[in-house]
Amino acid sequence: MNQCFKSGLAAVALSAFSLAEAGTAAFSNAFNPALSVILQGSVNSYSRDPDAYALPGFQLGGEAGPVPEGFTLDESEITASANVDHLFYAETTIGLHEDEDGTEVEIEQAFVQPLQLPVGLGGRFGRFYSGVGYLNRFHSHAWDFHDEPLVYRAFLGAQYRDDGVRLSWTAPSDLYVMLGGETLAGNRFPAGQSQSVTGEVQTLFAKIGGDVGMSHAWQAGISGLFADARDREGGGHGHGDADGAASAFSGDSDLLIAEVLWKWAPDGNPRQRNLILQGEYFYREERGDVMFAEAGNEALLDYDGEQQGWYAQVVYQFMPYWRAGVRYDWLESDNRLRISDPGGFTDPDEVLEESGFSDADGNPERWSLMLDWTPSEFSRVRAQYNRDESLPGVTDNQWSLQYIMSLGSHGAHEF
Amino acid sequence: MKHVIAVVISTLVLLPAAVPASVRVFSCEPEWASLVTELAGERADVFTATTPRQDPHYIQARPSLIAQLRNADLLVCTGAGLEAGWLPVLLRRAGNPRVQPGTERYIQAADHVPMLDVPQRLDRSEGDIHAEGNPHIQLDPRNIARVAKVVAERLAVIEPDHSDYYRSRLEDFQQRWQAAMQHWEQRAAPLRDMPIVVHHPSWTYFNHWLGLRQIATLEPRPGVAPGSRHLSQLLATLQETPALAVIRAPYQDAQASQWLASRTSIAMIEMPFTVGGNAQASDLFGLFEASIDLLLDAQR
Repeated sequence: MNQCFKSGLAAVALSAFSLAEAGTAAFSNAFNPALSVILQGSVNSYSRDPDAYALPGFQLGGEAGPVPEGFTLDESEITASANVDHLFYAETTIGLHEDEDGTEVEIEQAFVQPLQLPVGLGGRFGRFYSGVGYLNRFHSHAWDFHDEPLVYRAFLGAQYRDDGVRLSWTAPSDLYVMLGGETLAGNRFPAGQSQSVTGEVQTLFAKIGGDVGMSHAWQAGISGLFADARDREGGGHGHGDADGAASAFSGDSDLLIAEVLWKWAPDGNPRQRNLILQGEYFYREERGDVMFAEAGNEALLDYDGEQQGWYAQVVYQFMPYWRAGVRYDWLESDNRLRISDPGGFTDPDEVLEESGFSDADGNPERWSLMLDWTPSEFSRVRAQYNRDESLPGVTDNQWSLQYIMSLGSHGAHEF
Repeated sequence: MKHVIAVVISTLVLLPAAVPASVRVFSCEPEWASLVTELAGERADVFTATTPRQDPHYIQARPSLIAQLRNADLLVCTGAGLEAGWLPVLLRRAGNPRVQPGTERYIQAADHVPMLDVPQRLDRSEGDIHAEGNPHIQLDPRNIARVAKVVAERLAVIEPDHSDYYRSRLEDFQQRWQAAMQHWEQRAAPLRDMPIVVHHPSWTYFNHWLGLRQIATLEPRPGVAPGSRHLSQLLATLQETPALAVIRAPYQDAQASQWLASRTSIAMIEMPFTVGGNAQASDLFGLFEASIDLLLDAQR
C-alpha cells in the first residue's frame, strides 16, 4: 500500500512536470496556424494541339481543359488553418498559377467552420469546394490522377467552388449517414453571375458509409446541384475558337450526381497493399437561352440539353510506395438547339456549330493509365498516359510526368 | 419499400434513446480502450478505432470512424502527433462539440507522461519524426498508471454521481497494476542490457523501463521502409555487435525481419505491441506478460 502511495505521488509529480513541459515543447499547434505549401509541376505532351481542346456538346467553363504542353508549374498552393478560438475553425488556400497574362493569385478557399454546433450539426461559410460528388471537395494534389475526370471537366468546370453557406447533419447511428445542403452565390460555372442575396446555386447531398469486416470500407452518395445561370460564359483553358466567338447561357442547370467508393486493405492496414475503386455518374438538364456573339453579330438560340456521363477508376498499391491505376471516362449529350433570333448571322449551321452547344457525333471518351511513387507522406511523382477521344473518333495521345511536394504541416488522411 | 423507410427512420430517431445510460468512449488505440474498460467496467461503452494489425500513423478518416466519434462522450488517444493524419479530420467532420481539443473529454495520453526522443532538430529528411517525442508511450507500465489517473478523473467529471465508483476502481486497478509491475520487473531482470534490433522505434519506452539495449532499427529512418542497402549495412554491424532478437509489431511487414533472421542466428519475434496483438495479450496485464515472455524465450 505504501509502495502504491509513493508511486501514485510520483505519477502526480511527473504528470505535473510533463504538463509544464507541454507548454514549451514544439507541439504542432505551436505554429498557429498550421501552414502547408504544396508545390506541383509537370511536363506534358499531346499529339493534338491542347489549345484547340473542346468537348462537343458541353460548354467548357472554369478551369476545365488540359494543362499546357511542355514544362509547367501546375499550381502552387499555400494553406493555413487553425482553430480561431473555442467557437470557430478556419482554413484558407491561396493558389498561384501562371497563364499568358502573368501570375494569377487566387483565393481558392477561405472558410470558417463553427466548432460548437450541437446534435451532429456541421456548418461552413465563406468560399469552399462544394460537397457535391466525391472528388469535388479534394484539392487537385489529392487526386489519384493528374487531371480531372471528364465529367468534372464537362459539368463542373473541373471543380466547383463558390461563396456561400453549408449546413450538414451527421446521424447518431453506427452507419455513417450525412445529409447536407448549401446555398452558394453562383458566380462560377455552372452558374454565371450572382443576382440575388440568397445565391443562384443550391445543393443537396446525402452520403452513407461504413466498414465491411476489417479489410473493407465504403461510401456512397447522391447529390443535386441546382443552378440558375445568368450569362454563363465558357472560359476553360482550351478555347475551342480563337476568332473571338463567345456564347453565354442563361437558364436552369440541374445536375444529379451518384458516387460510390470502395477501399480495400488487408486487415485495414494500407501500408503494403491496398485497392481503391471509385466511380461517379453525372446527369444534367439545362434549359434556357444561349447568346452567341461573333464579329459584332449576336444570335439568340433556344437550348434544351440533356447530358450524362460517368467515370470509373481503380488504383492499386501493389507494393509499398508504388501504385498503379486505370480510369475510364464516358460522356453523352443530347442537346436540342434552335435559332430563335439569327441577329445578323447568315449561316445558321455555322452558328449552331460554333456555339459549342451542338452534339457530337458519338461519345467523348478517354482511357487513362497512371503509375505513381510516394516515397513519403509528403512527396509523390506520377506518370500518366491518356488515350483521349474528347472529340469522338479523334485520338489524342497525352503523356504527363508530374510531381507533388508538400511542405509544412502534416496532410490529412481523408477517406 | 415503405417498411424499409420506416425502419430506417425509426432507427435514426430512436437510436439515441436506445443507448444505455453509460459513457460512450472513442479510443484511438486498443491499449486505451483496455485501460478505460479496467477503470469504468460496464459503465463504459468503448469503441476502438484501430486494431493491432493497423499502423496508427496511417489510418484514414473512414465513415465508420466519423459515425462513432459523432456519438462519443469521451475521447482517449495517444497524441504526440501519432494520429495527426486522421484524428483532426474526424473531429472536424463528426460534429461533436463534446470531445473537441481543450475540453476535459479529450484526453491525449502523451500530454501526461514524460516524453522520450524529443528531437532537438526538426527536419523531415530524418523521416517521420514527431516534434513532441516518440509517441509509442504505452509500453512503459508506469505511463499506463499515469494515464489511468487522468482517465479516472475525467470519467468522474463526466459522471459526478458515480465518482466514488470510479475512484474505487482506480484504486483497485492501481494496486493490481503496481503488484504486476513489481512482478514484471523481477521476471524481466535478465532482460537488462539485452541487445535487440527493432523494426521501428516502437519499444523505446519499454526499453527505457527494463533496460534493453536497442542497437539498430530495420527502418533506415523512422517511417521509411527497410531497403536492401540499409539491411546489408545492418548485417555487417550485427556481425561486430550481435543482437539477440529482432522485434516488430503485428502491423509491421515481416520481410525485413525474416531476411535478417535467415542470415544470422537472431531470433525473430512478433511482439504484441498493443492489447490484442497476440492471444496472450488480451488485456493490459497480458500485454506486458506476453512481451516479457517472448523476450525471455529469445534469450534461452
